[in-house]
Amino acid sequence: MKPVICFDQVSKYYGKMASLKDINLTIQAGEVLALLGHNGAGKTTAMKLILGLIAPTRGSIRVFDAAPHGVAADRLRRQVGFLPENVHFYDQLSGLEVLDYLARLKGINRQQVSSLIEQVGLGSAANRRVKTYSKGMRQRLGLAQALLGKPKLMLLDEATTGLDPAATRDFYSTINNLRQQGCTVLLSSHILSGIEPYLDRALILGQGHCLALGNLDQLRQQTNLPLTVRVTGSSHVSQLIATGPPTESCSQEANVWNLAINPADKMALLRHLSNSSEVTNIELLPPGLEQIYHHYSANPLTTEVS
Amino acid sequence: MRTIITIAGKEFRDGLRNRWVLAITVVLAVLAVGIAYFGAAASGGLGFTSLATTIVSLATLAVVLIPLIALLLAYDAIVGEQESGTLLLLLTYPLSRSTLLLGKFLGHGLILGVAITLGFGIAGVVIAVGAENVNLYQLAVSMVRLIVSSLLLGWVFIAMAYLISVSVAEKARAAGLALIVWFIFVLVFDLALLALLVGSQQGGDWLPYLLLLNPTDCFRLINLTGLEAAQAFSGLTSIARNSAFQPGWLMLILLVWIVVPLSLALLRFRRHSL
Repeated sequence: MKPVICFDQVSKYYGKMASLKDINLTIQAGEVLALLGHNGAGKTTAMKLILGLIAPTRGSIRVFDAAPHGVAADRLRRQVGFLPENVHFYDQLSGLEVLDYLARLKGINRQQVSSLIEQVGLGSAANRRVKTYSKGMRQRLGLAQALLGKPKLMLLDEATTGLDPAATRDFYSTINNLRQQGCTVLLSSHILSGIEPYLDRALILGQGHCLALGNLDQLRQQTNLPLTVRVTGSSHVSQLIATGPPTESCSQEANVWNLAINPADKMALLRHLSNSSEVTNIELLPPGLEQIYHHYSANPLTTEVS
Repeated sequence: MRTIITIAGKEFRDGLRNRWVLAITVVLAVLAVGIAYFGAAASGGLGFTSLATTIVSLATLAVVLIPLIALLLAYDAIVGEQESGTLLLLLTYPLSRSTLLLGKFLGHGLILGVAITLGFGIAGVVIAVGAENVNLYQLAVSMVRLIVSSLLLGWVFIAMAYLISVSVAEKARAAGLALIVWFIFVLVFDLALLALLVGSQQGGDWLPYLLLLNPTDCFRLINLTGLEAAQAFSGLTSIARNSAFQPGWLMLILLVWIVVPLSLALLRFRRHSL
C-alpha cells in the first residue's frame, strides 16, 4: 500500500535560514504521528509543506501520491483536515454560521454541520457568537472544522495548547476515534503528558533537523535513558540495594526507594530484589516521552541522526 | 464560481450585521439631503437652489467620503484574516487565492453598491418631492450619473485597499497606508496639480490629461461636464474642456482604475508567502 505522506530529502529555506533540513519521512495510512520540537523547530513548516501552502526548496513531497502544491492541490485538500495554531474565527458569526460557511467553501453537504457541532460538544453554544467563546470552545470549533468532509488525513498544529483537562481529554479521544476509522493523524505539540498512549510514532525536530524518529520503544532503546524502579519495603531494603547491580542514582522517601538504572541491568536487579521477603512491592517506570524528548532536545547536535 | 458567491455572500452579510450598509446609507442620505436643503445658505437663504449647485455639492461630498468609506471597509480584507489565522486555514481549503480575493471584492462592492444607491437614491427622491421648480428629468439623469460614478469610484478604492491589504503584514500598517492613499488622491494630488498649473503660464496643453491620473478627478469631471451650468463651480477641473473628457470615456478610465489595482493585488496575493 502506498504511503499517505512521503518526504524525500526535503529541505525548506527561508532566505538562508533552514527551516527544515534533509527530512526523510514515510507515514502509512492510519498512523498517528507526533511532531515534537521547540518553537521554531520546523513543525509548522512541515505541516505547511504537506498542505501545499509552500513548496520545498529541495527534495520532493508526495501526499496521497501527488505533489501537494501542484495541480492536484484541490483534490487533495478535500481529503485533508487542518487545525492551525491560534485561529480566531469570525467573531461576529455564530459557531454554526462559521462551520456552515467553511463547509460550503469545502463543498460539503451541510447536513454534516449540525451533527459535527454536537460531536465536538458545542451543541448548546452553536447559535452564540464566536466572540463569546472561551479558548477551549474556539478550539472545539476548530476541530469541528477540521473534521468537515471526513478527511483521510488530519493535521493538528499545537491543538491542545491552552486547553483545560476536559477539553484535552475530549481531544485525545477524538484522535483515537479517527485512528480507529483509519484516518492518518499528524499532530504537533510541545505538551507531551497524556499524548503517549495515542501515538504510533514520534518525530523529534530540532532547528529543522530530524533528531529522532520512531515508536516509543525504539526511541527508548536509542536513548538508553535510565529506567526508574520504585521499591517498597522495610528498612533492610537499603542494604539489599547496596549489594545488588549498580544503580545510577538512588533516593529514599520513608519506605519507598527510587532507583535509576541502566535498562540492561533491569532483570538482574529484579531477580536480586524479588528473592528477598523484605521487599513488598516493585514498580517499573520506563522513561516517558517527556524524558525522551528532553534527552534529544537538550543536546541536539551530539545526538543528530540523518 | 459558486465559491466566489459563497465568499461574497458572507462578506455582504457581515456588512449588514456590523451595520456598515446602514451607516453608509444613513450618512450619505442625511448629508446629501442637508446639502440640497442648505445649498442656498451662502446667499443667505434656505431651501433648494439649483440643480447644478446641488450636484456640484453632492459630487464634492462624494469625492471626500466615498474613497474614505471604501478604504475603511476593505483595508483589512486580507491582512485582517491573516492576523486572525483564518487566512492560513482558508488557503488549505479547495479554493484558489484569486477566488478568495474576487469573492471578497464582489461582497464589498455589493455593500458599497447597496449603500450608495440607497443613500443617494433617498436624497434624490427627497429633492424631487421637496424642491420647487426642478426639472425631474434632469434631476434623474444627474442622480443616476452620480450614483453610477460613485459606485465606480468606491470600487476603485476597494481595489486599492486590497492592494494595500495583500502588501503588508499588520492591520495597523494597512490602516495607515489606506489613510495616506486617501490623503494623496483626495487632497495632495489636486494641490500639486494646481501648483503646476500656476507655475506653467504658457503651454500646458497636457496638464488637463494629468487629471486622468486621479480617479477622484475623473469622478468630478463625470459629474460636472454633464452640466453646462456647473462650469462656473467646477474649480480646478475646468481646465479640462475637451472631447477626451466625456463621461463615457471617463467611466472607462475609472474601470481601468478598478482593474489595474485589483490585478496587481491578485498578482501580489498569489506570490504572498505564508
